[in-house]
Amino acid sequence: MSDIVLTDTFKKPLGFHVAVAAAAGAFAGIFVGAAQGSSLLGIVVGALLLGALSFLAIEVLGRSAEKAVRWGILALFALGGFLFGGLPGLVMGLLFGWFFGWFIYWIGFNRYRAKLVPYLTSGQVLWYYAFRVICGAIFVFLITPILVVMPLSFNAQDFFTFTPEMLRFDPAGYSLKHYRDFFTNSDWQQALKNSVLIAPVATLLSVGFGTLAAIGLSQPHVPFRRAIMAILISPMIVPLIISAAGMYFFYSRIGLQGTYIGVVLAHAALGIPFVIITVTATLVGFDNSLTRAAANMGADPVTTFFRVQMPLILPGVISGALFAFITSFDEVVVVLFVGSAGQKTLPWQMFIGLREQISPTILAVATILVVISIGLLTVVEMLRRRSERLRGMSPG
Amino acid sequence: MRFTKSLMVTSALAILSGPALADMANEMTIVSWGGAYQKSQLKAYVEPYLAEHPEVTVVWDESSAEAVAKLRAMNEAGNITWDLVDVEAADSIRLCDEGLAMEVDFDESLAAAPDGTSASDDFGDSIVSDCFIPQIVFSTTVGYRTDMVPDGTEPPSDICALFDLDKYPGKRALNKRPLANVEWALLCDGVPKEEIYDVLATEEGQERALAKLGTIKDQVIWWTAGADTPQLLADGEIFMGSTYNGRLFSAIAEQNQPIGMLWDAEMLDFDGWVIPDGLPEDRLARVMDFLFFATDTQRLADQAAYISYGPARASSAPLVGKHAELGIEMAEHMPTDPANAKNVFVTQYAFWSDYRDDIDAKFQAWLAK
Repeated sequence: MSDIVLTDTFKKPLGFHVAVAAAAGAFAGIFVGAAQGSSLLGIVVGALLLGALSFLAIEVLGRSAEKAVRWGILALFALGGFLFGGLPGLVMGLLFGWFFGWFIYWIGFNRYRAKLVPYLTSGQVLWYYAFRVICGAIFVFLITPILVVMPLSFNAQDFFTFTPEMLRFDPAGYSLKHYRDFFTNSDWQQALKNSVLIAPVATLLSVGFGTLAAIGLSQPHVPFRRAIMAILISPMIVPLIISAAGMYFFYSRIGLQGTYIGVVLAHAALGIPFVIITVTATLVGFDNSLTRAAANMGADPVTTFFRVQMPLILPGVISGALFAFITSFDEVVVVLFVGSAGQKTLPWQMFIGLREQISPTILAVATILVVISIGLLTVVEMLRRRSERLRGMSPG
Repeated sequence: MRFTKSLMVTSALAILSGPALADMANEMTIVSWGGAYQKSQLKAYVEPYLAEHPEVTVVWDESSAEAVAKLRAMNEAGNITWDLVDVEAADSIRLCDEGLAMEVDFDESLAAAPDGTSASDDFGDSIVSDCFIPQIVFSTTVGYRTDMVPDGTEPPSDICALFDLDKYPGKRALNKRPLANVEWALLCDGVPKEEIYDVLATEEGQERALAKLGTIKDQVIWWTAGADTPQLLADGEIFMGSTYNGRLFSAIAEQNQPIGMLWDAEMLDFDGWVIPDGLPEDRLARVMDFLFFATDTQRLADQAAYISYGPARASSAPLVGKHAELGIEMAEHMPTDPANAKNVFVTQYAFWSDYRDDIDAKFQAWLAK
């Protein structure tokens, strides 16, 4: 697919490619200029530079010299970046140089239409790329806060600050000491242990109760189905702080406040709605004649559930379980109320750490958690696809 | 059968270990502030106490910031899970007034000074309520970036540098509560120090303080946690900001940040223990035993080796030694050191308990404007 050329490439008119390149240069110049002190100057210099380069590359040197020109642009930007900002500037310069070298030819020789059908209007082509840029921007917006945290967790200082040494890529500015702190500090280890002990048990309870409730509520003969459903998913809708305060007073009366079981039960109650919703959604596509067929062949309801129904709704159960696990693992409000210091979980420890002592150990923990979450999600998704493929239900 | 056997074993153990220990609980939940301050308590008196009493375990809860609200909730739920709570003096007064904290007989429950001075005389003015067993004196003061002082200008040494945007341009960080801010504002607006609280008691005086703060309002970042200002200073986000003196000491001496500090017009305050009201007898007995140990003259002096807060006992001051890791003489970093305490405010608890709600409401309304 990627090598098919649908529309011929040809040299675009001078005014078009110089103007587009200059606009792109001006846009990049805003940020570079702001970092150097003057956005306005950045815009002017960026526009002039890119316009001139585009003219030179497309009009004067042409397609035959493309490889040499792109290397030249790369070197020019790298050198400029190095003169302005040392080693980090060099890296930025290389990135910019690579991008603009490609961009100038992409625009100048109409390559942006190469993979599109020929009858599209200019507006449609523009929207085609604008849409992708918007999607990319949303992605960057969502992911940047997480990415920023990661290098900061290697900070050699005890602050959330990119130190000058870090920006110079000086090895002395980096350190693993916050990771060491996490693995050796008894407070963090206790919190990790508590989280690992609480979340899986709460997940098991949520999945057990939630799946049964969803199956029960999908039976047409159950009275007050909607009302029961509304009550069961209310922990997801009621503000957390209200559930937490209510649980605190209730659990205190019956002696569960400040106990391991109390926290597990509270987290299970928060996880159940997620399981109910995902399992109910998969049950919509479940054909009830299968259970009747199983009964017809002599299977009792329990066997039918485990051998027929469960395998078919498994994807819903697994995603519900994931949500329930993450809810418990991330939860800080309810555990602050229902737990006591003995049940301090990782989010609790991070919360006090942020309030009292802004220590990058929190960032180290966050980085570890992000890596674990990515791993967990990948594994679960792969397992799910594998089981679907084995059963031959994969759509693709 | 098994039950009687275990009963016999326990009673035998109880007799062996003596009557004094038999009725003491062996688990204590201590509530504190976390961070370097909690570490200083751990090193100076919790670890030594545990070394003497290996049967005891201590659980830390870093909830001092919510102590008043949580103790209220515990009292209502009839389920006191904390044994000993570290709070600021002002909170201890509220807890005492609401009956949430227990009153303490100082001379009976706490150790006398080595020279025989009674505990209540040794603690002196730091006993601000009948429920409050003081540990340390701390101050709210101002730090600044030494490398952001304009060329050719003296580094600030006067509190009014906070309000001098011409001489010291740049952002400031101030507490999101009126305490200290309004006193500094009036002082720098020309009110003589001894008249500040008389002026602040009047409507016009409060307006005047807020008007003075208004001259720098657009340059101020308001902080809520003690760790905020050191972080902002380390980032270079602000030129100067107020925080607790121990935080500044830690950023300067332990983290080697380019930060300087002023002691001018520091706002002295106390921090100490309260015992929640209504503890069962065995837990109370353990807490009292720990408190007797943890608030004696030597223990309070030891704490100063880990953090630059002054001991609340007069008899501890001469015993303050060197920093445990850096080997710096700590006495000169104490807010109570005569060289630092040339111009101090002592938090006026009586004034603030009368005017706190009123001034707080006006301050928050002014912030939102």
